[in-house]
Amino acid sequence: MSNQNFTGSKSLLRSLEHEGVEVIFGVPGGAILPAYDPLLDSPIRHVLARHEQGAGHMAEGYAMATGRVGVTWATSGPGATNLITPLQNAMMDSTPLVAITGQVASTAIGSDAFQEAYTTGLAMHCTKHAYLVKDADDIPDIVHEAFHLAATGRPGPVLIDIPKDVLNQETSWRKPTLAGLPGYRPTYEGHPKQIKAAFEMIEAAERPVLYVGGGVIAAGASEELLKFAEQMNIPVTTTLMARGAFPDNHPLALGMPGMHGVYAATTAIQRCDTLIAVGARFDDRVTGKVSAFAPEAKIVHVDVDPAEIGKIHKPDVPVVGDAKAVLESLNERARKLRSEKAAPERRYWFGLIGGWKKNKPLHYDQLEEGPVKVQHFIERLHALTKGNAIVTAGVGQHQMWASQFWGFSRPRSWINSGGLGTMGFALPAAVGAKAAHPDETVIALDGDGCFQMTCQEMITAAVEDIPVKIVVFNNGGFGMVKQWQNLFYGGRLSASEMPIEVPDYPALAEAMGCVGLRVTHPSDVDVAIEKALSIDDRPVLIEVVVDPEEMCFPMVPAGGSNDDVITGPEDLP
Amino acid sequence: MKHTISVVVEDKPGVLARVSAMFSNRGFNIHSLAVGPTHIEGRSRITLVCDAPELEQLQKQLHKLVNVIKVHEFDSSTAVVSEVMLARVACDPGSRGAANDTGALFGARVVDLSEDSITFEVAGDPDLLQAFIDHMTPFGIVDLVKSGRIAMKKQSNMRPAAVSGMSR
Ligand SMILES: Cc1ncc(C[n+]2csc(CCOP(=O)(O)OP(=O)(O)O)c2C)c(N)n1
Ligand SMILES: [Mg+2]
Repeated sequence: MSNQNFTGSKSLLRSLEHEGVEVIFGVPGGAILPAYDPLLDSPIRHVLARHEQGAGHMAEGYAMATGRVGVTWATSGPGATNLITPLQNAMMDSTPLVAITGQVASTAIGSDAFQEAYTTGLAMHCTKHAYLVKDADDIPDIVHEAFHLAATGRPGPVLIDIPKDVLNQETSWRKPTLAGLPGYRPTYEGHPKQIKAAFEMIEAAERPVLYVGGGVIAAGASEELLKFAEQMNIPVTTTLMARGAFPDNHPLALGMPGMHGVYAATTAIQRCDTLIAVGARFDDRVTGKVSAFAPEAKIVHVDVDPAEIGKIHKPDVPVVGDAKAVLESLNERARKLRSEKAAPERRYWFGLIGGWKKNKPLHYDQLEEGPVKVQHFIERLHALTKGNAIVTAGVGQHQMWASQFWGFSRPRSWINSGGLGTMGFALPAAVGAKAAHPDETVIALDGDGCFQMTCQEMITAAVEDIPVKIVVFNNGGFGMVKQWQNLFYGGRLSASEMPIEVPDYPALAEAMGCVGLRVTHPSDVDVAIEKALSIDDRPVLIEVVVDPEEMCFPMVPAGGSNDDVITGPEDLP
Repeated sequence: MKHTISVVVEDKPGVLARVSAMFSNRGFNIHSLAVGPTHIEGRSRITLVCDAPELEQLQKQLHKLVNVIKVHEFDSSTAVVSEVMLARVACDPGSRGAANDTGALFGARVVDLSEDSITFEVAGDPDLLQAFIDHMTPFGIVDLVKSGRIAMKKQSNMRPAAVSGMSR
């Protein structure tokens, strides 16, 4: 490869710089090597992950924390296949991502060459779009299109697969255009007729509730949501993907609905007469048994993706549009039409809701002598950080407790794997978020099971100077799996327990260049948190040895009706 | 319920794979598929006959594919629908004449002939092809291949005239 000539790889770097990329999370290898050379001369930072899955989740964490497109790259074959999980994760949670993979030389494609995989084919179902670049002259336009596709409409991952000879091909760079997307026209503004119909339905409602999904965060519509909810005096539920879209300490906030949702939130949806879904997709973890979901409600469904509307549940008023634009239009109508009137009081409705909140709050018992409860630790961490942190989570009980007990006050401060439920997401996502916001406290709230899937990214955090905090809630195994086995398999625990002493988490952290702390008793909690918060030149891990028997409630068993919430062990037969 | 759908796509690598993969991913069944270029350079048309209980959802999912430009469902009363079929019919010298006469009624062309079979090419409305099959079955159909249905919106209200005076 000649360094004098302007090559496909130089064009690639130039294109990434043109898109404003600050950081690429990646791992090198043969087919992507040509791109690593001009990277040395580029202002773009490279974070060397210890596994491509980690690199992908880092890019997701970066994107979720900022709203900008996250960028990851990897080599062909195994590098590319290792990226599949993050791609599908980003697909499910509508995270804007551009993944670039090296490919074997064009002439070798289809020959089962060393480290060949049919990457665009593998990515077909887990990307918004995937490109195979055949001519280096196309790189500027393809990269530009990819960033445009990733970030606009319903955001998502886009893959660019580039054969090695194309990376080495002599080419030139020119300013890219978007001429090449004749079939791609996302709708942002809601249709005025639909906005009018939606507003009339909401105006006529006596027991309305907002069902807010991740689309509100993707659209940056929190302010419009707050205005709308206050103007119309409508209580707000926020799904797992929408935590932080509406401040939890607001009197209208009900918290998360669904399988492990807050009773008042789940029940408000069940008893409402008008459900206003904004940027939400009627996921089964929210709806439970669909035929029993919100049985008394007329439904307004706002979504930027027309395919989400009517996919699970036919709305009475569909509105295709971006959450921000549509809420703005609704606010404007409200301002015009309701200027004289005070917001509706809804005394009866808030009376009901108040009763549910009071009688069925989230609860747990923290005994003074221990064991430590995850819920308690999270509440203490929230208190000691004043909630001023970005938190990420793995998948399982700890994730649900984090969503329930961390009081969110702003969007993009909660980063988790909602749709795919990917164990191992928390730590790399935290690394990505911290790379984006070095001045913020970023905390991975992880389970022992999840942590073991990507724990080597502690090395990345330490070596790349990305001092995240990591909390590993060690309950000796897969708490959520154990909970299902206890509830639905007669307590026959199968492959859900792991020794609580192995590995030695603080020692593992120290071995990987981080500080390791351990909490075993409630009296250690505050001390450890304060210590961890005082260290900011190295990543810190706190292992919290917690109650292995604790179950996560409320719970609606999978496929059950949301009318049948088990609020605690006292409800079990 | 069967639907005939036209999908105009950019002629880019992998488009057909994406379209058909979306069908299997979302659980829609494809009965027939015909692909070819349109009169506009860089655009191809995929004509599909499929089972889709949720046609609207199917159309929306097609539209989500970046290279899909237009999706249109044909209504059989306002579209010309056509398909080409090759059928090899068993016959001996004794029955050959009868088979040939039957084929002629459908405007079928003989494209191959052997000691014990005649091969016909028939084109036209799917109902015509079905009638051809029904009438040839007594002779014994040895092999059969269909091109996949294609369609075009009609500009008039003419009924599609079948060849040899056989209307639907
Ligand atoms: C990659 C992956 N494999 C398997 C699962 C299934 N699964 C869901 S939760 C869970 C247990 C998680 O254990 P841990 O991280 O310790 O969390 P806890 O429930 O104990 O808080 C498992 C195995 C998954 N979600 N993701
Ligand atoms: Mg665990």
